[in-house]
Amino acid sequence: MLIPHPLLGLRDAQEFTYLGDASLMHRPDPAREDAVAAFADYVFLRDNPAGVHRELWFHEAGDRSWLVVTRDTTTHEILGAELASDVKLGGVQ
Amino acid sequence: MTFSGFKVVKEALTGHKGWRPLWRDPDPKPAYDIVIVGGGGHGLATAFYLAQTFGELKVAVLEKGWLGSGNIGRNTTIIRSNYLLPGNEPFYEFSMKLWENLEQATNFNSMVSQRGIINLIHTDGQRDAYRRRGNAMLLAGADARLLGRDELRQMVPFLNFDNPRFPIKGGLMQARAGTARHDGVVWGYARGADQRGVDIIQNCEVTGFRIEGGAVQGVETSRGYIGAKKVGVAVAGNSSRVMAMAGMRLPIESHALQAFVSEGLKPTIPGVITFGAGHFYVSQSDKGGLVFGGDIDGYNSYAQRGNLPVVEDVIEGGMALMPMIGRARLLRAWGGVMDMSMDGSPIIDRTGIDGLYFNGGWCYGGFKATPASGYAFAHLLATDRPHETATAYRFDRFARGYVIDEKGVGAQPNLH
Repeated sequence: MLIPHPLLGLRDAQEFTYLGDASLMHRPDPAREDAVAAFADYVFLRDNPAGVHRELWFHEAGDRSWLVVTRDTTTHEILGAELASDVKLGGVQ
Repeated sequence: MTFSGFKVVKEALTGHKGWRPLWRDPDPKPAYDIVIVGGGGHGLATAFYLAQTFGELKVAVLEKGWLGSGNIGRNTTIIRSNYLLPGNEPFYEFSMKLWENLEQATNFNSMVSQRGIINLIHTDGQRDAYRRRGNAMLLAGADARLLGRDELRQMVPFLNFDNPRFPIKGGLMQARAGTARHDGVVWGYARGADQRGVDIIQNCEVTGFRIEGGAVQGVETSRGYIGAKKVGVAVAGNSSRVMAMAGMRLPIESHALQAFVSEGLKPTIPGVITFGAGHFYVSQSDKGGLVFGGDIDGYNSYAQRGNLPVVEDVIEGGMALMPMIGRARLLRAWGGVMDMSMDGSPIIDRTGIDGLYFNGGWCYGGFKATPASGYAFAHLLATDRPHETATAYRFDRFARGYVIDEKGVGAQPNLH
């Protein structure tokens, strides 16, 4: 698989390590009343869709940036990639 | 249909015209006591033990494709009970004991072959870890033996004992482990369940659950609505998709695991050999093919195929361990979709919905667990209590902090 890095162009997926669903960027507020339950959901539960999936990849053997890659889990087709920092600045998903 | 030596001779002399299908092909009835979603190994084993051991008569198994089209046909057929943790090892040893009696229970040749498994040791630290694991196995009633380098060399002289990076110092052996024939397992359970009155309904995809007042009433399927007092879901690989129809999110990611078979060779490898340090394990099928595999690809996938970097990684592991494998040609490769759970261990439990039960999260260890998974799930469905060896496989273990994490890598499914 080739990941279209927004700054570096097409890069081999082997240069990256995989973390998981992009929703992991949105950590619950630890001061919430229900923080314990919210963190249990955050740490352990996943949507795990068959189809389009937004997910976090770390460019470990490259520029060490975090990307949000949009990929189809039924075909492995990569539909896009953006810097995670841009996604986060863009507001809550 | 039953088999006997007399029948084989008679059919041989009369042109093999008397063989009949091993199970019926019934239309779904309007309602059942128990509906099992998923006609794979675990679902069929559940139906078999429900009928055989727990006396449940009105049971149906719904399969969206044909029997054996999922992970029961896409594995490397290894059976073993060499786990470490107390939540796991008694369950897998129970499974091993059911394997040992499987062919008597189903009266079907599932080609269970106890040819042994050896986990290779490369360092002193690894030897300590495997000694501890072996003791844990013995405590749970399994067998385990630590092999020294010389003894191991007599058994498997073709390994590269002097690999500079991973010199082989010994191994942990479980002699009762081995392999079984994946098709033989699914056919044996299907035939056994059918003979005991279970309706096996193929090409019947579940498209939704009918849930009223927090209790399941039945399932919507591609062949119409089927009522059920209890519904058991055993669809590992697609667990998240099916349970999403009941509004549940699971502690599971789906990942692709690849496996490979070489051309047929003369008997070479006596049992199963695992090279954990190099992500490679191998056995030899009765047809002679070397059956081998390694790690999952490492990103969410429902594709039933993997990518080339992992092919390269597995084959490099094979070349490092047994250079002679380079002379064998690869015949075929395939991928299966694994339910990778957040701690690497399965779930057999009730859900928050009355009458809806779940069995999944088998990671890449589902095949060896097939008999015990079916038995424990049948026990839960029939009695509403978990089987004594499966009490740790609860949904709430994650939130409560009682994870069963054999590898100790945390909630990162692609590392289990």
